[in-house]
Amino acid sequence: MDTKKLAIIATKGTLDWAYPPFILASTAAALGYEVQIFFTFYGLQLVRKDVSGLKVSPLGNPGMPMKMPFGPKWFKGINWNIPNAIQSLVPGYENVATSLMKMTIANNGVATIPELRSLCQEADVKFIACQMTVELFGFEHTDFIDGMEYGGAATFFEFAGESDICLFI
Amino acid sequence: MDFNKELDARGLNCPLPILRTKKALAEMASGDILKVIATDPGSVKDMQAFAKQTGNELVNSAEAGGEYTFYMKKK
Repeated sequence: MDTKKLAIIATKGTLDWAYPPFILASTAAALGYEVQIFFTFYGLQLVRKDVSGLKVSPLGNPGMPMKMPFGPKWFKGINWNIPNAIQSLVPGYENVATSLMKMTIANNGVATIPELRSLCQEADVKFIACQMTVELFGFEHTDFIDGMEYGGAATFFEFAGESDICLFI
Repeated sequence: MDFNKELDARGLNCPLPILRTKKALAEMASGDILKVIATDPGSVKDMQAFAKQTGNELVNSAEAGGEYTFYMKKK
């Protein structure tokens, strides 16, 4: 049986959008897939050495429930419907939302991004950073974790063209 | 049921139970049985899918009191 291949393009640089590429990549690798992730534009944030700056923003995201990760059950069940206008005016709103999200993640036994990322690397998932956007945003190769490769769109297509599944995230 | 190794995946959520199962199986011999205990309800479908795609055999699974037990035989 030929090895199946999964190619992912990761373009988002927020805490919530950091999950899908790493979850899918690590799972596919566990199932025996050969996997590559091409990080471009804001997706580069996901392979920086320090990912503590990844945030989640409820602003402009009506799909995001705002629930409290602590307190009694009735309290946790409340969906805090806070208008965008208030979210954008209150300083530090994003930081509060991010720490609540991190608490929820820990409470639910969901892995952290650095954890999932190293699980991917242990499973031989190949990480490629888009060199053009690395330069565009003024990053240095030393900003990123070890084991990265750097290339352009042609590098991506070399693998993606032979892939069984190709995802743009 | 007899088993060669036990994996406690309680409290872990997707995709960790599958990743830990894969890792545990890698250290075992062909024909060995791995017992996995999980609390993630999604693991029921996921373990079946894992077995189907990797060729390892899910020989038995059970649910009791919110805990799911799987017996996976290494290919």
